[in-house]
Amino acid sequence: MKAAFTYHAGKFTLDAAFTAPDKGFTALFGPSGSGKTTALRLIAGLIRAPDGYFEVNGHVWQDETPGIFVPPHRRRIGYVFQDSRLFGHLTVRGNLDYGYRRARERRLAPDQVIGQLDLGELLERYPAQLSGGQKQRVGIARALLSSPELMLFDEPLASLDDEGKREILAVLERLHDRLEIPAIYVSHSVEEVGRLADTIALISEGRVTACGPAGEIATRLDLPLARDEGALAIVSAVVESHDDAYGLTYLAFPGGIITAPRWRLPPGSPARVGIHARDVSLALSRPEGISLLNVFPGVVKGVAPVGPSSALVSVAVGDGAVLLSRVTRKSVDALALAPGRHLYAMVKGVALAR
Amino acid sequence: MAPPDFTPVWLTLKLAAVSTIILLFIGAPLAWWLARTRGRLRAPVEALVALPLVLPPTVLGFYLLVALGPQGIIGGPLAALGIESFAFSFTGLVAGSVLFSLPFVVKPLQSSFEAVDAGVIEAAQTLGAGPVDRFFSIILPIAKPGIIAGAVMGFAHTVGEFGVALMIGGNIPGKTQVVSIAIYNHVAALDYGAAHILSLGLVVFSFLTLLAVSLASRAGSPWRP
Repeated sequence: MKAAFTYHAGKFTLDAAFTAPDKGFTALFGPSGSGKTTALRLIAGLIRAPDGYFEVNGHVWQDETPGIFVPPHRRRIGYVFQDSRLFGHLTVRGNLDYGYRRARERRLAPDQVIGQLDLGELLERYPAQLSGGQKQRVGIARALLSSPELMLFDEPLASLDDEGKREILAVLERLHDRLEIPAIYVSHSVEEVGRLADTIALISEGRVTACGPAGEIATRLDLPLARDEGALAIVSAVVESHDDAYGLTYLAFPGGIITAPRWRLPPGSPARVGIHARDVSLALSRPEGISLLNVFPGVVKGVAPVGPSSALVSVAVGDGAVLLSRVTRKSVDALALAPGRHLYAMVKGVALAR
Repeated sequence: MAPPDFTPVWLTLKLAAVSTIILLFIGAPLAWWLARTRGRLRAPVEALVALPLVLPPTVLGFYLLVALGPQGIIGGPLAALGIESFAFSFTGLVAGSVLFSLPFVVKPLQSSFEAVDAGVIEAAQTLGAGPVDRFFSIILPIAKPGIIAGAVMGFAHTVGEFGVALMIGGNIPGKTQVVSIAIYNHVAALDYGAAHILSLGLVVFSFLTLLAVSLASRAGSPWRP
C-alpha cells in the first residue's frame, strides 16, 4: 500500500507519506495529537485531502491528479473505532448483519466469525447491555463481516479497562495470525505495537519520520520506540521443538536457540518473540554457573543515554537480529560499551511469543 | 337544543392530516439541516422558523392574506397564470397551518436528529451504506420517537389553531370553517350547548394527544434499559 496526504485543519498540518507491504499489520505509532487518527480517516476517505493519494492491493482509492476519489462506502474497509460505534437501535445480530448484507463479495460466514469472536451468547442483546470488551469484539466482527480489503484499527484498546485490554489484545493476536488482508493499526502503546506490528510507521507532529519492518524500527536507538520505558526487540523465530519433560519450547532465531515456556504452536511454525530491553543484561565473557538459559554472543551496534542514569544498548546477535538492553550509564563506562564491542546478552525472560 | 353540525370537525381533521404530511416533508429536511449545519445562516433560519411561537396568529394570517391576494407577491403571479387565489380557500388554510405549525414539528425533529451521533453515521458509511441507505437504515430509526412526536404535535396544533384560520380561511361553512371557528360562532350566537360539545371534544382530544406523545417518547427507546 502507498499513502501520501497533505491535509490542513486549523493550525494542524498533516504531511504524511509511507509505503507498506500489502500484508500483515502496519502500525501507525505516535503520541496523541500527532495525526495518527487523521491519517486513518484520510485512508478511509472519511475526510478528503485535496492532493491525497492512496492505493492498496493495486486498487487506487484516491489519486487527485486525475481526480479519483472513491467514497468511503464504496471502499472495502473494515474500520474498528476506538469507541466501537455500534448501532444502538439494532441488536448484536443486527449490527453484524449490517455490513454483511452490504458486502459486495462475502468471504466469511457469519457463524464462523461469531464462533471465533465468541459472540454466540450476545446475539440478541443491544449494545447498551454489553461491556466495553464485548462491544469491541462486536465492532471487530462487524468490520470483518463486511469482507474488507483493508482493516483499519483506531486505537481499539484505548477506551477499555485492563481486563478489556487483555481480552481484545488476545483477540487481535489470534486475528493477526489468520487475517489474509492487510491491516493498519493506530496506537500510541509500545506494548500493542510490539505484539502486533509487522511494519511500523512512526508519526510525529503530522509527519511520518520513519517506516520499516517492525524489528528494525523498534530497535533503532534514535527513534522513540526504543527509548520508551517498555521498549522491546522483536525477533522472528521458528518453533524448533518442544520439551514436554520440562514444559519448554525451543525457538530457532538467527542468534541461536531461545528457550521459552511451553508454547502452543507446532514445530516448524513461524513465531514472533518480543524481548524487553529491561530483561536483557550484558556480560563481557560467557557467564558460567548461572540459572539463565538464554545467553547469546553478540556485537554492540549502538549506545545511547536515556535519562540521567540509564542507557540503551543495541546488540546484534546473529544475522539481522537485534536485541535491546537497558543498563546503567555506570555499566556503560565500566564495561567500555561502544559499537564493535563483543559481549554476551543474557535474556532474563522472553516476554511473548506468537 | 339542536345537535351541532359536525362538518367543521371533519374539515378540521382533513386540514390537520394534510398539513401534517406537508409539515413532515418540509420539516424533516429543514430540521436535518438545522441539526447538522454550523453555517452563518443557521441562526436566522432558526429564528424565522420559531417566529410563529411568539407572533399573534393574526399577524401571520394577515401577511399571508396579503401575500396570497390578487395583488400579493404569491397571489399576483398565480393570478397571472390563471390560478385562483388561495385566500379564503382550503388550500390557503393549509398554507397558513403549515407555516404556523412549522416550529412545533421542526423542534422535536431537530433535537432527535441532533441526538444521532455523527460517529455512528460514519460507521455505517465504512460498512458500505450510501447516503440514502444511511438515512433510512440509521438516522430514521434512531430519530423515530422525535419524528412521531413532531407529527403528533403538528397535527394537534393545527387542530387547535384559530387566528390564522380566521384570517386566511374566513368563516365559510363546509369550506373553511374549522372547529375552533365553529365554537366561536356558537358562543357568539349564545348556543352554549353546541359550543360545549365541540370544546369538550377538543379538550379530550388534546389531552389524549399529549398523553400519547409522552408515552411514545418513553416507549420509543426500548434499547436503552
